[in-house]
Amino acid sequence: MSKNINSMMLKRQSAEKRFRFYGQASLAIALIMLVVIISSMTYRSIPAFTNYGLNLNINLSNENISQDNINYRRLVRDNISLLDSGCDDRKCRKEFLRLFSSGAAYELRDTIENDPSLIGKDFSKFILFSDDADLFYKFGIDNSLPESERRLNDREITWLNGFKELGLVEKRFSTNLFTNGDSREPEIAGVLGAVIGSLLTILITLIISFPIGVLSAIYLESFAPKNKLTDFIEVNINNLAAVPSIVFGLLGLALFINFFGMPRSAPLVGGCVLSLMTLPVIIIATRASLQSVPPSIREAALAVGASEMQVVFQHLLPAALPGILTGTIIGLARAFGESAPLLLIGMVAFVVDIPGSFTDPATALPVQVYLWADSPERAFVAKTSAATLVLIFLLIIINLAAVILRKKYQLKW
Amino acid sequence: MPNYHGLFVILSSLLPCIIFLIVFISIDGFIKGVIIQNHLPNSLILLGQEEVDFSVSILRNNIHNLQSILSLEILSTDSANSLYNYYFFYRAGFLTLTICITTFLAYLAGKKLNVRFDARRNVEKILKFIFFVFSIVAVLTTFGIILSLIFETVRFFSQVSFSEFLFGIHWSPQTAIREGQVGSSGSFGAIPIFTGTLLITAISMLIAVPLGLYSAIYLSQYARPKVRNYFKPILEILAGIPTVVYGFFAALSVGPFIRSTGESLGLTVSTESALAAGLVMGIMIIPYVSSLSDDVMTAVPESLRDGSLALGATKSETIRKVIFPAALPGIVGAILLAISRAIGETMIVVMAAGLAANLTANPLSAVTTVTVQIVTLLVGDQEFDSPKTLAAFALGLVLFFITLALNILAMVTVRKYRERYE
Repeated sequence: MSKNINSMMLKRQSAEKRFRFYGQASLAIALIMLVVIISSMTYRSIPAFTNYGLNLNINLSNENISQDNINYRRLVRDNISLLDSGCDDRKCRKEFLRLFSSGAAYELRDTIENDPSLIGKDFSKFILFSDDADLFYKFGIDNSLPESERRLNDREITWLNGFKELGLVEKRFSTNLFTNGDSREPEIAGVLGAVIGSLLTILITLIISFPIGVLSAIYLESFAPKNKLTDFIEVNINNLAAVPSIVFGLLGLALFINFFGMPRSAPLVGGCVLSLMTLPVIIIATRASLQSVPPSIREAALAVGASEMQVVFQHLLPAALPGILTGTIIGLARAFGESAPLLLIGMVAFVVDIPGSFTDPATALPVQVYLWADSPERAFVAKTSAATLVLIFLLIIINLAAVILRKKYQLKW
Repeated sequence: MPNYHGLFVILSSLLPCIIFLIVFISIDGFIKGVIIQNHLPNSLILLGQEEVDFSVSILRNNIHNLQSILSLEILSTDSANSLYNYYFFYRAGFLTLTICITTFLAYLAGKKLNVRFDARRNVEKILKFIFFVFSIVAVLTTFGIILSLIFETVRFFSQVSFSEFLFGIHWSPQTAIREGQVGSSGSFGAIPIFTGTLLITAISMLIAVPLGLYSAIYLSQYARPKVRNYFKPILEILAGIPTVVYGFFAALSVGPFIRSTGESLGLTVSTESALAAGLVMGIMIIPYVSSLSDDVMTAVPESLRDGSLALGATKSETIRKVIFPAALPGIVGAILLAISRAIGETMIVVMAAGLAANLTANPLSAVTTVTVQIVTLLVGDQEFDSPKTLAAFALGLVLFFITLALNILAMVTVRKYRERYE
């Protein structure tokens, strides 16, 4: 008898241990996946933070030119040709030029415009290699492939190795990533345009959804009569919070763009769409934090003769404000990472210029990630990873703000 | 209190003015159109409706500046001047009208004020009404979604038959733009899309439900409060990572990894396999399952657990036989919400699942989903009358109603569960 019980107990205890282990293992798997995702993005983004280039001598001393009539493209081309390429035909020279970034002319223009005194002098200017040459220095090249299937042919590899042996090649931190808009050339493409686009969009979202969300939550929490209409509104809000984001994109396309004729690709429309999406989040958060204010406060205020409206605005709202702001920030963070609805309203356009107003064509940072992920150039893999890191970093900052706000101002009752 | 008197005057004069402005802005384009049409030369009108519409739309965008009207060279100098004058008077007249109305209302409101007038109560009434209007926005959004989807869907079904869409097994919207083949020959059968969505959702649920549930059980029943406070927010980071990051991870790492693993086992695996998208989506969904299940399991009354433990059950037996059944409705609600989330998830599948609508249940082959199709049909050039574009709205309608049904079902089960223990 006791033997039976003992063996049964052993079984039950090992079942207990197994069960507990399953729990730990599931949690561990989930957390490991989180670490894997973040670290794989980080690891893959490393090459994007540096660029290879060389210091090119620019001869402006023997030419008699003014700032207005410089052909920067030609200037760069001529000075590159001064490097020893050993070329004697056009095709060869063209190949040689292809090793350098086509953005070099713009950078030279910026340098000279910032410092016009350079005209009439000889100076050296750091210019970037093109993405293929850059990748060659970063990863080397697979020599086993036949020449025709490689991105660089044998002659180009000889040149690149030559630069290296001469000690011309230099590795620098890539500021382009943070100061430029989008580009077809991976080495000069940056996320600034997308970040500004995202911020403009989020600003519109905040302006629209915050007042509407908070005020309608106040209405539902404090003034709404208990009737069918109020119930209907509440069910609607709860349901909207769970509607797939892409449906909001369809709404934006049909309503804002096709019906109201608002411009495509504009942060204004993106902000409108995202604010409809964020609205239920803000309403729910506001209601929850209004509910968490103890009823005694309301009763005390009512007892000394305050009206309902005065109770709400002078007592409940100040007490609930930290919670409301936290909820709003979390809602905005979600909108910040959202891309599906923006795809449908045309914010996937290729936008080189940094948007300056709410109606300029713009894209958002998550959409930029999507666009770059689709690009065939290999160098964009690292760029995309870097962009996701920037996105995650910005989201961490936003969420941190929410946490700090809550820690610092939340009242304990 | 004089504040309220001032506020009363402001609200009762500005509010109608704002409503007036909103109405005006929405009919402004129409009025401009009428003015412009009266100025178009006869020679242009003879060219047909399309030409007229085009000229009206570009003139409308340039009407605020005489120089740019002239530079379009659609109108003669005289009629351009006349158009600009008309526009100018229309605008000026409107402005004057608005100011007059506002002043008049302010005057009326000011006249009302006297010692006996209860300004505060009136102000509060007006404010309450404004708040009510704001709370209607959510309802309007829902109606907006339903109306816009239904409107386009009806247009879609006037070109493609209903049964073909719901029961057809061939989906190739691209062919339908060709001349003389408008929406015929079975290219809008959505069954492969629905099965693809189901397949990916099922895979993601196979990952998310066990992992999410066991994590929730561990965190709510076993872990010490300190551990719980630490790991719960970390787990929820998974839900906070933007989906586009998951999509990129799935396309860049998971897809090729599954493919090379499969190939080393001698299987043919597509790089854009349903498995890759489903796996990554499952990871994303874990916190949606665990968070809500955690809440409902913590909410099970302490007395049930104590009773079970007192009878000699081990902790795991208590969880499996007492707490879990008691929390089941809530957990089912959580899973339903997670399914709805998985069906509506877009970026992961857009980036990691395929475009080809294959009717298959093989997780290693490429399938497509409702959301992928909506995005591919609507991104890029679109003509608004082709069944290709309209099909996206029909798919959107299906998506909306399925997720709506799941959400309502989830809400009802969770609410029932809450009522049982409150």
